[in-house]
Amino acid sequence: MLRYISRRLLYMLVSLFLIVTATFFLMRAVPGGPFSGEKKLPPEIEKNLNEYYGLDRPWYNQYFDYLVSVAKWDFGPSFKYKGQTVNDLINEGFPVSFFLGMEALLLAVSIGILLGIIAALNHNKWPDYGAMVFAVLGISVPSFIMASALQYFLAIKLELFPVARWESLQHTVLPALALAATPMAFIARLTRSSMLEVLSNDYIRTAKAKGLSKGQITVKHAIRNALLPVVTYLGPLSAGVLTGSFVIEKIFGIPGLGSQFVLSISNRDYTTIMGVTVFYSILLLAAVLLVDIAYGFIDPRIKLAGGKKGE
Amino acid sequence: MQQIPKEMFQPVRAELSEAEKISKPSLSYWKDVSIRFRKNKLAMFGLVILIILVFMAIFGPHMTKYDYATNDLMNTNQPPSAKHWFGTDDLGRDVFTRTWYGARISLFIGLAAALIDLCIGVIWGGIAGLRGGKTDEVMMRIADILWAVPYLLLVIILMVVLGQGLGTMILAMTITGWINMARIVRGQVLQLKNQEYVLAAQTLGANTSRIMFRHLIPNAMGPILVTLTLSIPSAIFTEAFLSYLGLGVPQPLASWGTMASEGVQALQYYPWRLFFPATFICLTIFAFNVVGDGLRDALDPRLRK
Repeated sequence: MLRYISRRLLYMLVSLFLIVTATFFLMRAVPGGPFSGEKKLPPEIEKNLNEYYGLDRPWYNQYFDYLVSVAKWDFGPSFKYKGQTVNDLINEGFPVSFFLGMEALLLAVSIGILLGIIAALNHNKWPDYGAMVFAVLGISVPSFIMASALQYFLAIKLELFPVARWESLQHTVLPALALAATPMAFIARLTRSSMLEVLSNDYIRTAKAKGLSKGQITVKHAIRNALLPVVTYLGPLSAGVLTGSFVIEKIFGIPGLGSQFVLSISNRDYTTIMGVTVFYSILLLAAVLLVDIAYGFIDPRIKLAGGKKGE
Repeated sequence: MQQIPKEMFQPVRAELSEAEKISKPSLSYWKDVSIRFRKNKLAMFGLVILIILVFMAIFGPHMTKYDYATNDLMNTNQPPSAKHWFGTDDLGRDVFTRTWYGARISLFIGLAAALIDLCIGVIWGGIAGLRGGKTDEVMMRIADILWAVPYLLLVIILMVVLGQGLGTMILAMTITGWINMARIVRGQVLQLKNQEYVLAAQTLGANTSRIMFRHLIPNAMGPILVTLTLSIPSAIFTEAFLSYLGLGVPQPLASWGTMASEGVQALQYYPWRLFFPATFICLTIFAFNVVGDGLRDALDPRLRK
């Protein structure tokens, strides 16, 4: 187990190094410097600015400095917001995004699993069809269309929820729902199919034969085994929630890191784009690693140490 | 009880040669697949939608007298009417024409990205699987490391750097998009390469590329086809997503993504401007998904759940 974790950590570091390097050189390849705006700066000021930000030094020095500062969790200053660092922006926006993401994750997992179980227990009856129609819809509708539809019908037309902004728990309902819809549908489908597979196993028949009630069989034997594939999906799920938050936060006017990221894209605020990308990558890589390790503990049948050789 | 006369009973003589006879005509694998696919109503429905969408993408823009790019500032934001079937947008452009023009771009991006993924994936996965050993190890490690890079983040960064455009979007999507296909192909090749017919081909002196393209790939076609079908909607989704972030195809080109993202901004007053592109995005993703699922079930009935 320890060997597996350390190997995975090593790969994660290589991936991270690749991401940091790629973002650094990609951002350098962008035509025009960070100060070449509409107004031409006097050469003295530009020189001072370049000196201040270390842009007058050779690229390998800049690259090395960037690697060191990322390792120290310092993403440098924002080029568009005077006096603010990318760390400030992350510290400001991330808690909001984190709250929204967690709410969406919770919604997706709980309702998704519930729908999947109901569908599987009523295989080929109307609750099954209903849940699956819902799942197909959830998968087919991109999150930003879902968000706009929810906003239009529930907030503007029916006035059930606030249209936008981030003030009370009520304000979080629609964005969380929009963010959760697609993963919810995936989880429902996943749970349903793995539940159906588990229900056809011999040990379920044994449990029936020894006289357990349907509820006991479902809870004690079926669900616990059926949820394993759902655990593996948590990695991609966190990625989906995270990237989904870019558009959702923008649509609902939520002051999170996602809308900040979108803003920095349209502002071409390169250090912020770079910093937030690296930050998100670290987050996602860590999430995937955690999920994989957790999976190893939950399902001892998976042999971690052997790697993927015998596939 | 009714009495049955003895004469009515006749012994049936079992003919040994008859028992071996195959009464049904033999079906090839693909005929069998197509029968199973056609029995799947949802998948057939998806296929019909796709055919209609492609038809409209080809002929739709010519059905009106309007052009997708010509502004008509006297008739902006018109609701759907007999004159403008889907209404007009904020520059007075006909939404019907733009929708089907956008269908071309969105479908083209989806198909092109999926096909490029297919080519790279088949070659990469095929070589890794067939060669095995160190080559496989190194190639799949590279794929693993690239796979760990968050897909949409990378695509966004690339679009920021490369600039907006049809070509750059497809490039950005395919730069790590092929890995999934490569993994599937490698898995298939590993399974198939120890079969007798591969040995037979080798004995007959077939070279590696012949074994690869004449023997292994055709036998792995099923999973490849399913992966291809399911990767098209994700590319269409990515296109819409990027357009929403303002990284889509540049104006006056229309794609469903750019039209929807403009529609979202006008949602409160002119909801039809979001409704049409959004509906067709959802329909397309839906249709490709059910066709892909149907294909998977038809190709391998054991997987049906």
